[in-house]
Amino acid sequence: MTNALGLAKPRAPRRPAARRSNFELYSWLFMRISGMALVVLVLGHLFIMNILDGGVHRINFGFVAGRWASPFWQMWDLAMLWLAQIHGGNGLRTVINDYARKDATRFWLKILLYVSMVLIISLGTFVIFTFDPNITD
Amino acid sequence: MASTTATEREGTSRGGGTLYRGDLGMWSWVAHRITGVLTFFFLFAHVIDTALVRVSPQTYDSVIEVYKNPVVNLMELGLVGAVLFHALNGIRIMLVDFWEKGPRFQRAMLWTTLAVWVVVMVPGAYFMLERTLSDLFGGK
Ligand code: HEM
Ligand code: HEM
Repeated sequence: MTNALGLAKPRAPRRPAARRSNFELYSWLFMRISGMALVVLVLGHLFIMNILDGGVHRINFGFVAGRWASPFWQMWDLAMLWLAQIHGGNGLRTVINDYARKDATRFWLKILLYVSMVLIISLGTFVIFTFDPNITD
Repeated sequence: MASTTATEREGTSRGGGTLYRGDLGMWSWVAHRITGVLTFFFLFAHVIDTALVRVSPQTYDSVIEVYKNPVVNLMELGLVGAVLFHALNGIRIMLVDFWEKGPRFQRAMLWTTLAVWVVVMVPGAYFMLERTLSDLFGGK
């Protein structure tokens, strides 16, 4: 009743009574919900950084200090960091599942992916919360 | 599943569940995948460059100078174009999945997506490249 992927055929007369987990369903839903939030967060970020007030040419340490003085932009960046990492990481997990041919390759690529996600989320979160505008004083 | 009845290619070899295969929608899927992966890789580098604010203002400023280089500026335009496509096409995917008429209009929505992309990118490119172009050719 199941194929190589362990999925029941859609029109199989009888499907296994209980599925093992709904993880893929939740991950599918998460991609869509986080996507909606990211439209505002990321497109807003790109607009502010690249278009407003001279765009990329006015970015420097003082500019970041001014923005992170406000809890609003700290929370904006924090939400964007976590959502983009989990959304993009989950997307990349799908991509790895699609293209890796050997189980060992797939396994190690995913380990690499998860390590990089933990690293980047931790680093980004740490930087937002420990930012010091007077770092050299 | 509403999508199986709405497909234009009902009854192809896989049994009719293919909304996209061989169609324009397939290329939108390819582009969605490439732009998503590209953005993820950029974000990896970007969080690290932002983390330099914890090293010193001078270190951060000198790395951010790279973003102001004309060639890199052009790459930023490419990144913005990629993210914008991914976002607009992502909205289209959600409409196909959740809106009852979505699958029927998927092709029309793809053209809408591309039209909106052009309409945003033309002024976007102007504002993003203005300074670089005037520095290069403005003779100031
Ligand atoms: C700007 C708002 C965004 C929207 C509306 C959006 C929407 C979506 C949706 C709906 C999917 C699921 C596609 C599917 O299940 O077939 C998806 C996949 C994906 N997204 Fe996003 N996304 C956004 C931002 C981002 C960002 C910032 C990144 C990178 C950090 C990213 C990376 C990916 C990747 C890698 C995939 C997997 C592609 C695939 O499986 O072919 N997305 N996106
Ligand atoms: C060329 C385009 C971009 C520029 C010039 C830019 C610029 C910046 C700047 C100056 C900051 C410092 C914090 C602040 O001022 O808010 C920042 C932080 C951040 N950006 Fe961008 N950004 C760009 C594209 C993106 C994209 C496409 C994404 C998402 C996929 C993104 C996600 C983030 C995140 C998550 C942070 C917070 C980093 C942290 O927690 O340390 N940025 N960006």
